[in-house]
Amino acid sequence: MSKFVISAIGPASSVQDGGRPGSQRYGLTPSGAMDRLALATANVLVGNPPFAAAIEIGPFGAKFTARDGAVRLALAGASRNADIAGRAVAFDTSMTLREGEILTLGFARGGSFSYLAIEGAVQGEPMFGSLAVNARAGLGSPYPRPLQAGDELQVSSASGAAERRIELPAAGDTPIRVVMGPQDDEFDDAKALFLDSEWKISATSDRMGYRLEGPVIKHLHGHNIVSDGTVNGSIQVPGNGQPIVLMPDRGTSGGYPKIATVISADLGRFAQIPAGRGFRFQAVGMAEAQAELRKFAELLRTLPDRLHDIQNFDLNIEALHDANVAGAAVSAVDAATWQIASAAEFTPD
Amino acid sequence: MPINLLNSLDHFREANSTAAQNTLENVDPPKSYEAMAAPLSLPRLLPSGDSAITVEFSRNIDDTANQRVLALDRTLVRETITGVTETVPTYRSLLVHYDPLQIGFDALSERLVTLAQLPVPPATKTRRWRIPVVYGGEHGIDLEDVAKALNTTPDDIVARHVAGDYRVAMIGFTPGWSYLSGLNASLQMPRRQNPRLLTPSGTISIGGVQTGVQCLAGPSGWHLLGRTAVRTYQLHRDPTFLLEPGDQVTFAAVDAKTFAEQDRAAEAGEIVAKLMAS
Repeated sequence: MSKFVISAIGPASSVQDGGRPGSQRYGLTPSGAMDRLALATANVLVGNPPFAAAIEIGPFGAKFTARDGAVRLALAGASRNADIAGRAVAFDTSMTLREGEILTLGFARGGSFSYLAIEGAVQGEPMFGSLAVNARAGLGSPYPRPLQAGDELQVSSASGAAERRIELPAAGDTPIRVVMGPQDDEFDDAKALFLDSEWKISATSDRMGYRLEGPVIKHLHGHNIVSDGTVNGSIQVPGNGQPIVLMPDRGTSGGYPKIATVISADLGRFAQIPAGRGFRFQAVGMAEAQAELRKFAELLRTLPDRLHDIQNFDLNIEALHDANVAGAAVSAVDAATWQIASAAEFTPD
Repeated sequence: MPINLLNSLDHFREANSTAAQNTLENVDPPKSYEAMAAPLSLPRLLPSGDSAITVEFSRNIDDTANQRVLALDRTLVRETITGVTETVPTYRSLLVHYDPLQIGFDALSERLVTLAQLPVPPATKTRRWRIPVVYGGEHGIDLEDVAKALNTTPDDIVARHVAGDYRVAMIGFTPGWSYLSGLNASLQMPRRQNPRLLTPSGTISIGGVQTGVQCLAGPSGWHLLGRTAVRTYQLHRDPTFLLEPGDQVTFAAVDAKTFAEQDRAAEAGEIVAKLMAS
């Protein structure tokens, strides 16, 4: 066994996996990765099951060290400057961190969450079948809270397997697709305003919900409805008319009308939109949403087919290009991002 | 033909459309089972994205609707539908999570409408819990203000709250947060203007037409009457979740010393709540 030491890490970073659905009737939210495709990509690169437990890294930088042996790992999701002992390393590629070496990650660029998967996966004691951190419920393993500097993960020693790279289809910058409802009849002209406007994600967003900034969405009958169930991607509209998109740590019920729901296939792409960048929604029908979900499931299932061996990691110019091309870009994330949200929209109804 | 797929369900939406009566003043009084002899109205089927359907029986807090929600929830345990992964009962609707790779929206909607119209059978085994509560003082910091607002004494508020016969209408928001119906109409108050960011674990509170048993410390805009040592959610205890939607609940007032003893016992894994019948 090796140790994977968290030498430095920013807020909003935690162990996540496929989550723990099944107990929402008791108020237990599923949690799990914000971007499931990125989680699966990182895992598949090191030979893990797609939704094995990995480290979800928020918008800020991080440093990791291998102790008591080498650690094989892979990075996917929001790209960042990344180096091991000063030499740049690429995303969507597996790599081996030798004993004593330091992996340094910069701020997220063009996204919010990166995933670091470790060969053999993060080890811990599953609770309701998952290691995913849900700090409010005291759940998550090996630490039932976000990761902190000094934390140590027990991990498998690197197997020495050939390093690999994965080719993913381009994500695209198209609108985020939604299915209208369940309470779209609580809105009149505001539905068109919602679909026709540009939105930005507020800096006060977190794993519970992304607050949107844009035109005021007015309700037909006021903003209180009797609480009903929520899903990942529910877009609820509180009294101030600024929608909140519910994310994997959401409350399982909510008392604001939900104008629309982000389709499953676009949830990860939505989760990666950086605070402050403009984006739009587009309404699609149920058949299209479910066809996109089938395509997404097929992509997840066939990820291993997209792997290629890398013979010489240091000469993998193509891979390094991606990591370095935007090296001088300024992150869209600033110190105001990822503050703790005020409790007002997150109280029981 | 995505649009047609949605439109085909419009008659479900229209069939039971009610005037939007979302204010608490319009809550229907509880109805007895006799009222259920009338033909059952169609629920509205509302898409909650591509992997869940909200089966809505009412827009209001309505005892009859809640009975139908819980009945459909029980039916889905008996009549399993391939592809349904999880159900979440709330006051007025049942959220049905499903895997669209196994069953489509239209097929599932049709099945749910059929099942929702079966006569509502009385729950065969209703569990009845007695939950001890220490009222007022540091444990229920809003008790005096509630008494003042309702022109009575704290003791009278406690007496009215303890006299109630409640049902777990839903569990939601955070683990174990149990929303109870059956609050005495004289105790109904609007929620606080400014929600508190942190309220204690085990808080017993009132808000609108509801009373609640909160398990974890967290934000709340309700009025805090007291605390219970009972953990409705506790890891490494069997059962992890104590209350089920549909369970009956009564409260019993205890003193601060008893609360402290019960709190230690509960911390050690005892249930503390008394199961009166099932």
